[in-house]
Amino acid sequence: MLEQLPALQIVLPLIAAPLLVLLRRRLPVLLVAISVCWASFAIALALLQRTLTEGTVVYALGGWAPPWGIEYRIDTLGAFVLVLVTMIAAVVLSYAPRSLDLEIPSDRLHLFVAAYLLCMTGLLGIVITGDLFNVFVFLEVSALSSYVLIAMGKDRRALSASFQYLVLGTIGATFMLIGIGLLYMMTGTLNMSDMAARLPEVMQTRTVMAGLGFFSIGLFIKMALFPLHIWLPNAYSYAPSMVTAFLAATATKVSVYVTLRFIFSVTSIRMEFGVSDLSWMLMALSLSGIVVASSVAIFQTDVKRLLAYSSVAQIGYMVLGISFGTITGLTATIVHLFNHALTKGGLFLAMGCFAWRLGVTNGSQLKHLAGAGRRMPWTSFAFVLGGLSLIGVPLTAGFVSKLYLIRGALELDVWPVAALVLMSSLLAVVYVWRVVEVLYFSPSPEEAPTGEAPFSMLVGTWILIGGAIFFGIWTSGSADIARRAAASLLSVVP
Amino acid sequence: MSTVFGLLNYWVVIILMMTGFYIVTSRRNLIKKVIGLNIFQTSVFLLYISIGKVSGGTAPIMTHGGSHGDSAHETATTIYTNPLPSVLILTAIVVGVATTSVAMALIVRIRESYGTVEEDEIQAMDGVD
Repeated sequence: MLEQLPALQIVLPLIAAPLLVLLRRRLPVLLVAISVCWASFAIALALLQRTLTEGTVVYALGGWAPPWGIEYRIDTLGAFVLVLVTMIAAVVLSYAPRSLDLEIPSDRLHLFVAAYLLCMTGLLGIVITGDLFNVFVFLEVSALSSYVLIAMGKDRRALSASFQYLVLGTIGATFMLIGIGLLYMMTGTLNMSDMAARLPEVMQTRTVMAGLGFFSIGLFIKMALFPLHIWLPNAYSYAPSMVTAFLAATATKVSVYVTLRFIFSVTSIRMEFGVSDLSWMLMALSLSGIVVASSVAIFQTDVKRLLAYSSVAQIGYMVLGISFGTITGLTATIVHLFNHALTKGGLFLAMGCFAWRLGVTNGSQLKHLAGAGRRMPWTSFAFVLGGLSLIGVPLTAGFVSKLYLIRGALELDVWPVAALVLMSSLLAVVYVWRVVEVLYFSPSPEEAPTGEAPFSMLVGTWILIGGAIFFGIWTSGSADIARRAAASLLSVVP
Repeated sequence: MSTVFGLLNYWVVIILMMTGFYIVTSRRNLIKKVIGLNIFQTSVFLLYISIGKVSGGTAPIMTHGGSHGDSAHETATTIYTNPLPSVLILTAIVVGVATTSVAMALIVRIRESYGTVEEDEIQAMDGVD
């Protein structure tokens, strides 16, 4: 049973999804889906435990030995991301029932939840697999189901947002497919560790270079790295609240994970800072992304859209860590991946609470939130704490990741980068303050709805926000695992 | 000349790829965008099939049943095309069909709620820049 955990991680939600379609009725559907999510979380925790004690877990799917068969390969970083994705999925779905009653037609609920489980399956599959083509397949599983999830938003603009995402997402995935094809052409293998062994010989050929280029561009589209982020703000603004929270916390993070794995475990690109062109390119893109997206966020009047632009900026921080190519830089990336998932997930769940009380379209408009700090104290306070973590105030999780990032920059003596990171935090102060000011210091409009969101929704929000505070105070937990994962990526002893 | 005719498959792939990509980016009609996307994906299918082709190779099928000693030997010496890329592309085709159907379903719903499938008109209705 225990040896089968890697397969169960994928198979459990995959089988549960069609089962939900057959179940149809609200209560059994939600019960099954929520228990499947928590069971997946337990499996991921067990896998993390195993990788921490025994090292990399390898699982030959169907008993076919790699490189012929498909291999599941879970290292510390992979297990860490699995835990993150399943945890967010479980918390968000447990939060969601009341929110879904409001936002999703009741006769579609079972289909919606099935798509949600499929999306989670896809994301987990991307993380767990050791086969490059399998990455593409799982990527499309998660992408197709997320188009469906986004299109279920109440606003009709959700439809055009979803279509826009579909077009860009498919272009991205097809680019990755071209890249995989070109790499297969030169190495004759799809297994990642096998490819890692064969790539160095052919690294300088034009085919491999083109393959790497195609693959990375496809990945950057999926990751919403500036300036390929066009699909993200619309998709996040109009999707149902819980979908936004889930995707914001997991989908782009999984792409960052694939980037890490691809650059450091598959290719032998030298990422020492200043040596490789890739490192310069990633640094330029991420820094401009951080500054531009944070500045654009300041001028938004829709809070979900504001947070979406902030997400683009946060992706910039993660990629900036990669571009350093040092152990501190990678630790910053991995820690931020985790911390930002908690923070942004929590913030979007808080937005879901506002939407529940104030109406789906009004709940994210700045002008309708006026005075909500007094009418919905728990939700608003959660938003404030999440906002502080987004800025990177000490004792919040955001501070830990920025600290590592700035330390990484100072180790390399690139103080302008450190200065830019600090400056961009000030931009975050501005856009978070705009919301806080409206929440607490604007008078409530007359006849504004009063009262908190349902208890089940508040619990979900506070678990994630509480996590963001907890990992800001107890830094050794997440940061230690991140450091070990970073060390194993760079194959050095920590 | 060998760069033109010897690599004919790849030239076709590149032309199809660029055509599809151009259609996706330049057309404002959503249906046309999906068609462009399909051409773009199909070019990649052709790329994979071309990669697998071994000159002079036959289809990767066991010719003599493969149960007798002699014919098994014979099969082993037959040159055949690499089947793996074709199999991969079967998967990718399924993904492509699924993408197209989701796109079509979205277009139907966009048409229901906006009354048009022209991107310009949709954006004008949404009041975006």
